[in-house]
Amino acid sequence: MAAIYSLYIINKSGGLIFYKDCGTKGRMDTNDSLRVASLWHSMHAISQQLSPVNGCSGIELLQADTFDLHCFQSLPGTKFFVVCEPGTPHMESLLRYIYELYTDYVLKNPFYEIEMPIRCELFDINLSQAVLSDRVALLGR
Amino acid sequence: MQFFGGSEINPSPQVPTASGNNAHMMYVFNRNGVCLLYKEWNRPLHTLNPQQDHKLMFGLLFSLKSLTAKMDPVKLVISSSIFPFDVDLINFGSIYPVCSADKGNLGVPQLPGQGCSFHSFRTNTYKLSFMETPSGIKIILVTHPKTGDLRESLKYIYGLYVEYVAKNPIYNPGSPVKSELFNTALDQYVRSIS
Repeated sequence: MAAIYSLYIINKSGGLIFYKDCGTKGRMDTNDSLRVASLWHSMHAISQQLSPVNGCSGIELLQADTFDLHCFQSLPGTKFFVVCEPGTPHMESLLRYIYELYTDYVLKNPFYEIEMPIRCELFDINLSQAVLSDRVALLGR
Repeated sequence: MQFFGGSEINPSPQVPTASGNNAHMMYVFNRNGVCLLYKEWNRPLHTLNPQQDHKLMFGLLFSLKSLTAKMDPVKLVISSSIFPFDVDLINFGSIYPVCSADKGNLGVPQLPGQGCSFHSFRTNTYKLSFMETPSGIKIILVTHPKTGDLRESLKYIYGLYVEYVAKNPIYNPGSPVKSELFNTALDQYVRSIS
């Protein structure tokens, strides 16, 4: 029972640099995932414009009928968002943990070019371990 | 015994905003994007002028609906796309031929109620709750971020709309709402939402 359907990482210009889906539900082909990522980047920016008060940093949670979308934006502007089942707990801490993995295995990788698609094996391995459902529950503690 | 002088002993608690409730503002749009009603209770920041603000809000919702319909993990077979080409919303002017997917292509206009729709989103400064009726009336309520699920409240507001606006024989559909009764009832109701 995959509570998490997919994970996207977007660079600060809105381009998709990482996409991972877990299982057949919510699978998207490459072109669609690129479009969805760019669209999300724009929506995130527009939502800041519509804020009634100062200091809005964009959409953090989108709730739909059949899924929830949690988004985390790091200080440099990289966005991590995860599409999951409605009501899945601990997604915020999972996103922060994924950000830690990103800084450790991607940014510190000397062969990785910033803003380019992520092709780091260690990142993939650790990410797969992190999204196993029992691990996600541990993160919530 | 007085240890400290004067009025600092009991500073007055923070005075709630003039409206005294959580709601910042509310929009009602019809299916063509005309803003039928805009009510503001507490909005310190105005980024754009009203017309642009309404258009931006409608555009955001339209695109978000299209996004959620596409991202929907539950594969529903929607009437197969009659558009052979998919217009990429981000790359203006470039058109990609796409084989018609289960969920239709991104950007294909959806009927009200067709496809998965979102019902709210939250940022760090506000929460936006959204409801679309089968007739295409979109009701949007922008509140404090810690507000709970407002779907029932939005349904009630739609009920008020039906009673005071739709059933009003003088009301011209598609024009902005000017009903005093509706405004009063709405105001009263929204102030009572915790």
